[in-house]
Amino acid sequence: MSSRTRTSIFLVAAIALAVIFLYGLFDLPPAGDYRGPYGYVITQVAVYERHATDIVNAINYDYRAFDTLGEEFILFASVLGVLLLFRPQQNSKDGNEASEDFKEEDLPVSDALRITTEAIMGVMIVFGVYLSTHGQLTPGGGFQGGVVLATTPILVYLAGDLISFERITSSPLVKFAECGGAAGYALIGISALIFGAHFLTNIVPLGTTGDVFSSGTIAIISACVGVEVTGGFVQLTKTYLREVVEQQLRGRS
Amino acid sequence: MILHIPYFIAAWIFLWGLYGIVTSRNLVHQVVCLAVLQTSTYILLLVIGYKTGGTAPIFADIPVGTPVVDPLVQALVLTDIVVEATVAALLLSMVVKANELANTVDPEELRILTG
Repeated sequence: MSSRTRTSIFLVAAIALAVIFLYGLFDLPPAGDYRGPYGYVITQVAVYERHATDIVNAINYDYRAFDTLGEEFILFASVLGVLLLFRPQQNSKDGNEASEDFKEEDLPVSDALRITTEAIMGVMIVFGVYLSTHGQLTPGGGFQGGVVLATTPILVYLAGDLISFERITSSPLVKFAECGGAAGYALIGISALIFGAHFLTNIVPLGTTGDVFSSGTIAIISACVGVEVTGGFVQLTKTYLREVVEQQLRGRS
Repeated sequence: MILHIPYFIAAWIFLWGLYGIVTSRNLVHQVVCLAVLQTSTYILLLVIGYKTGGTAPIFADIPVGTPVVDPLVQALVLTDIVVEATVAALLLSMVVKANELANTVDPEELRILTG
């Protein structure tokens, strides 16, 4: 089929879809006219039931924790898929003999970039940890905190410190973080079964509303997700930048 | 009528993303079109949960009972944004491998199946 026929078939189908869309959209309530009972009910009860002030995370890591577990394993499986596709193969030339005895040399990275990245690196780590551990109180949570934390190796890369980048991202801790975070989430769910409750029931004492150590499993699961997302994204960064880094390191040796 | 505009924007972005996927001649471009298409669902979800005068569903500094927007749709969107990023990474890695094997990223030219 030529691309022109395909486009014209698509246009016919798209117009039909657009018409159905328009027909359906006019029956929806206008923006701002929220009607569903779910939002009303949960915003009234969640603070008292779960001692968490961020209702979004109370939903993510408690009311719909099973759903989030599924989402988290999509993330886990995607990272695994990328690692599988980019695994070092026998016939390709890249081995693991890089990164042992390289001389520290000046790289063509501008001083402004290096100083800025090095200055904000610490702030990013603190901010990421804060986001992952305070998800039950304020906007944030494991997903956001994990992504912020995973930007730190990218900053190291941008600063031109390839040896440190290689060392950070090759650490077995990264793999452990990804697997441990994912397993931790599931194990928290299973531990509820041991205490005779349903899977992923909030069995940990809820604490005082507003404390960091409150809201029971919400805070723990949020931290687990933060660890997993950090590990996953660092692995992705490493996989995508590996060839560039290895070439540059080899060129310098 | 004017309050239905966000729905139209969602449908508009969805259809353009679909158009991009259908007509694209480059797999990288196609993955980006898929990401564009996905953003339309975020707009749709956030509009459904929006309440006039509602604030963010965080009760850290406002009393319970203050009108807030629906937190459920926000929870759905927030997990999907992170998951979407990793799925895009997976798709792009497939593109890299396709390019290695077939020396092209044009879906038209990727027709030959080899073992």
